[in-house]
Amino acid sequence: MEIASIALLLAALAGAALGGGAAFGLIRSRLVSEALSPKGDDIPAADDDSVTLLAAFEDPLLVVRDRRVLIANPAAKALLGDHIEGSDVRLAIRHPAAAEHLAGDGGGGERVRIELVGLGELGRPWEMLLTPLADGSRLVHLADQSQARAAEQMRVDFVANASHELRTPLATLIGFIETLQDEAAVDPATRQRFVGIMAGEALRMRDLLDDLMSLSRIEAERFALPRDTVDLRPLIGEVRAALKPIAGGRSIRLENRAGETLVGGDRSQLAQMLTNLIVNALKYGRAETPVRIRLDDAGPDLLRLSVIDKGDGIAAEHVPRLTERFYRVDPGRSRQVGGTGLGLAIVKHIVLRHRGRLEIRSRLGVGTRVEVLLPRAAVT
Amino acid sequence: MKTNFWPLRAKRSDAADAGLEAELDRLRGTICEMGGLAEAAIREAMEALVRRDAEAAARVVRRDRKIDALETEIERRAVEIIGRCAPTAADLREAVAALKIAGVVERIGDYAKNIAKRVPSVEDSRIRPISLLPEMARIAAEMVHDALDAFAARDPKKAAAVTERDAAVDDFYNSIFRSLLTHMMENPHNITPATHLLFVARNLERIGDHATNVAEMVYFAATGEYLADRAKGADTTAIGADEREK
Repeated sequence: MEIASIALLLAALAGAALGGGAAFGLIRSRLVSEALSPKGDDIPAADDDSVTLLAAFEDPLLVVRDRRVLIANPAAKALLGDHIEGSDVRLAIRHPAAAEHLAGDGGGGERVRIELVGLGELGRPWEMLLTPLADGSRLVHLADQSQARAAEQMRVDFVANASHELRTPLATLIGFIETLQDEAAVDPATRQRFVGIMAGEALRMRDLLDDLMSLSRIEAERFALPRDTVDLRPLIGEVRAALKPIAGGRSIRLENRAGETLVGGDRSQLAQMLTNLIVNALKYGRAETPVRIRLDDAGPDLLRLSVIDKGDGIAAEHVPRLTERFYRVDPGRSRQVGGTGLGLAIVKHIVLRHRGRLEIRSRLGVGTRVEVLLPRAAVT
Repeated sequence: MKTNFWPLRAKRSDAADAGLEAELDRLRGTICEMGGLAEAAIREAMEALVRRDAEAAARVVRRDRKIDALETEIERRAVEIIGRCAPTAADLREAVAALKIAGVVERIGDYAKNIAKRVPSVEDSRIRPISLLPEMARIAAEMVHDALDAFAARDPKKAAAVTERDAAVDDFYNSIFRSLLTHMMENPHNITPATHLLFVARNLERIGDHATNVAEMVYFAATGEYLADRAKGADTTAIGADEREK
């Protein structure tokens, strides 16, 4: 029987995964009569081949008949406990929505999808796919939704964060405007100072909006590989010249050790990446120390760009989170130097779009080195 | 070595025992279904409270009837099993535990319902110690969740672990009690909503206690022994320590 029966079970699983409907009941009814033969009384037992096959799947799978679990694959046992095989299915899945659908017989019914929370750990989200079969048994497929939910949550958090970040400077602006409206209370010197602060806050909001917009643009193009060829060496020269006014007398040095400095890329995005990296190095490096930019070969296909500063460095526990949006090691300091909290997030997304790699190394009290590995331009 | 009766049962081949086995299994399934409803009631009542969603709260209240109906069904069936099959040793312990656990789960459902009923009363309040309540609810709900998991798996170790967390819920209760008292003293307008929130905290504390009770019964049913008395969190509130509210 073995090969035919396994082929049928495979077909059933494929149907469960892809949603192929009507022929399925027929397939299953044959399978169950072959594979799950009655064992004297009316409690059917599962044969070894079906068990072996279901064991090959990573998602938790159950075959249920008359509310009884006939087969539970290892993933299901790991999630719901070893005791579930042979017992009432409500011992395995006690969620009210599921209990409702698992009661009664499933013959001839429709396939049902149900959102469940709290299988295994409390609050963990799952999707349960119930496929009713002609003989009254059902294939129960559980798909972990925690990844999808996490992504959703991140989007929600992002909107909340962005509004919060905009709100702070806005609140400052409104506060000063209200004070200025009461003309009598403010002497000209104070007025001048207030207007200065207001201009600063307005600029902060503009920077933040600019960063938010570039971030969403870069994200939108995430899957479009940049087509142009860009020579990094002159580009670094341009960015360096543009940043001179804000360097505060510190030197920005370029050390080129690479033979060829052409990469495939989007010129304006690479310029933005360089700007963000160099500005970070200027902000967080010690005064009087130079910012070093180094280009060297990292194998035949990759060019390595390093931006190195001498400064306080970043504690190891923060390093993995630096590219998160609005993550700040020291919120007070970031605000003081005018950071939007998005600089490295933008760098990360630009590097991702260029199919490159971003590595940040830092030692407390020594400094930080950000390395970007970029694929070289394809030779045409 | 403690005696564990459960493996014995799997080897029985007698027709009557097979029938008893099936009956007990169905009984356990129904208790889990009931537990699932109670868990959902806690979760949804707290969500309704945090979002001030009176409509969702009303749904929780309505659904409690289903829990009550299941309790009646379990009682009837457990009594029937005891009367008809005359179970012994582990099976008898199991049937009796089912009877008692159903009663406790029904109480847990009642406390969740009571939380839901208070949602309209705190809807427009401005006090927000509510931030501590969801965390307390999370621990209490987790205890219920794990107690039911222990019941489904007949796992005495897991059951014992549940009872250890009761002290944390008590500590939360004491801390919320104090913070709500402060709110009441600050502004008399806070007294009504703060009192309702206090009862919410009280209900959560009782849910934690009842989860512990379930865990103790699971432990007894599985091992035939009583769990050693648990350490209690210090109750500094000493008001209505034993009142039952419905």
